[in-house]
Amino acid sequence: MDVILFLVFAIIAVVCAINVVVQTHPISSAVSLIGVMGSLAILYLLLGAEFIAAAQVIVYAGAVMVLFIFVIMLLNAGTEVRRGRSLMVQALGVPLLIALLGVLAFFVQRLYPQGTVHFGGFRGGTALAIGRALFTTYLLPFEITSILILIAIVGAIVLARKELD
Amino acid sequence: MIDSFVVITLIKVLVVFAVLMTTLAYLQWVERKVIAHIQVRPGPYRVGPHGLLQPLADVIKLVTKEDLVPPYVNKPLYLAAPFLAITMALLSISVIPFGPEISVAGHSTLMQLTDLNIGVVFVLAVSSMGVYGIALAGWASNNKYALLGGLRSSAQMISYELPLSLAIAAPLLISNTLSLRTLVERQSGSVLHWNVLHGPFPQIFSFIIFLIAAFAETNRVPFDLPEAENELVAGFHTEYSSMKFASFFMAEYANMITVSCMATLLFLGGWMAPWPAAYGSSLVPPAIFAIAGLIALYHGLNYARKRDKYTFPAFGVIFLIIAGIFLLPIVQAWLLPLFWFCAKTGAILFAFMWIRGTLPRFRYDQLMGFTWKFLFPVAMLNLLVTGFLVAWFS
Amino acid sequence: MAEVPVSWFLTLSAVLFVLGVSGFLFRRNIITVFMSIELMLNAVNLTFITFAYQLKQVNGHLFAFFVMVVAAAEAAVGLAIILTVFKNRSTLNIDDVNSMKN
Repeated sequence: MDVILFLVFAIIAVVCAINVVVQTHPISSAVSLIGVMGSLAILYLLLGAEFIAAAQVIVYAGAVMVLFIFVIMLLNAGTEVRRGRSLMVQALGVPLLIALLGVLAFFVQRLYPQGTVHFGGFRGGTALAIGRALFTTYLLPFEITSILILIAIVGAIVLARKELD
Repeated sequence: MIDSFVVITLIKVLVVFAVLMTTLAYLQWVERKVIAHIQVRPGPYRVGPHGLLQPLADVIKLVTKEDLVPPYVNKPLYLAAPFLAITMALLSISVIPFGPEISVAGHSTLMQLTDLNIGVVFVLAVSSMGVYGIALAGWASNNKYALLGGLRSSAQMISYELPLSLAIAAPLLISNTLSLRTLVERQSGSVLHWNVLHGPFPQIFSFIIFLIAAFAETNRVPFDLPEAENELVAGFHTEYSSMKFASFFMAEYANMITVSCMATLLFLGGWMAPWPAAYGSSLVPPAIFAIAGLIALYHGLNYARKRDKYTFPAFGVIFLIIAGIFLLPIVQAWLLPLFWFCAKTGAILFAFMWIRGTLPRFRYDQLMGFTWKFLFPVAMLNLLVTGFLVAWFS
Repeated sequence: MAEVPVSWFLTLSAVLFVLGVSGFLFRRNIITVFMSIELMLNAVNLTFITFAYQLKQVNGHLFAFFVMVVAAAEAAVGLAIILTVFKNRSTLNIDDVNSMKN
């Protein structure tokens, strides 16, 4: 049962990710990215990370991607125009990426061959556990991140406002 | 081998789905009647007794209308948007508890489809995904009015999600749990234990902020400029017809039901009676129905229109029978909590309709200024004060 | 076999990361490049959560939480920069924003 769930949502994630890279219109890429984030949220649930799964849907899929879609709609981004690129890039690009993928997969298989995941194997991902760790061990990163968000808000407003003449 | 858990859950899903769909249809009837009576006119009363078959007529009309897909729309997004809207709206009902644990034919089960221990966050997550139905509908329609309506509506919904989340966080500090069932069970006792009146800081402000943000989240008056008929043609659902248009409508009403249920669970004590059953609170529902039945019988005898001579006494008899059913001890275990839950949710839904019939709508810049400059700081202040008082008194 | 090997999760994360890298390198539209960056960050989050499962500790979840928060802040500022660039150059093609070159 867990295997079926993993395979279904992993395949959905990979197909949507390929769609993000391949589609010409940014809106289709954005909608596919929402699909990737949704299937990743379900994989997080399989790994026992219930709070992070909910946070992924609320923050990433529900706020960051809405921001992307707003910007695409406001700028009325059209489909991308293909320009010519050099022959060396075209010949070497995809094979090098496949080589990178092969290297990563090899190291994954070699370093961590055992260990299995089943639903319910890790029960420590509750909001209680995360809250406890967040406000004791990770208090300094928490405070710094909140200042970072404040800086980001002020920066975004300053950059995107209309100039008052 | 299918075990009883799967069978019971499937039966619960079918029951909840059937009841929810009927409620959605009749909620529209109730809204039209309430707004009509506020405006001193009868409302729908020709189709069936007192217009009770009007939703059926509307459903038949919407289903048989021509389903026109304009040629200039972006087809995948155009077809996916209403599907997304209605799916997210119905998904959040699956974690709402309607009552305590009951036992049916020897199997005990919760009156809830599933009790997640991140229930509150799940409802928030699903409602933030509901923004996409509207934004993508506006974009896919390839129409500047639809796009404007879609963008405005999504900007409004994500802006009001902030005070909504902060208003939800405050009673969670008092109840200390994210599971909706445990939240209600911690408010048991009497009216004085409900979150709106209990705890080191009564959550009245959170309740009001939650309701205001809920009005904006569901695009209801006074925040319904994005779908205003006289400002933006029809907003984001201009290019939709028949069942897709009906999906957006159903999604709006389902969202209304969800936020009313959340307000009931978070603030008003869910299915808990206002005072314990030992002091006679189980006689309140039969009393209410008996009074309603007697009023209906009285109006049947002094009828204003000729058809009322038959319909009002019929309703009076039905209400008296329901009052009698409430007195049977067999059904009291699950019927009484269900009654209290529906009464509280129904009161909040009535408030939604009452405000729709009474208030004018906000202009868009007033709406956005209201949330960012007033509601969000007030919600943060409320959360700070609640947190401080909870820490002080614990 | 009703259990999923941990290495499958890590392989999925590697595949998503490589797809993000390919989108980042090959696409010319600036918004699509940004979305590929988000794809890479998501792949890294999956790795963190997988290791949190394997080591049975909640610290991986905390890291993923901070990655999410920083990615949200970065998306906000980055999209504001994109809006400014569009206002000045009227193009979303990163090949055309090369006035500092040569």
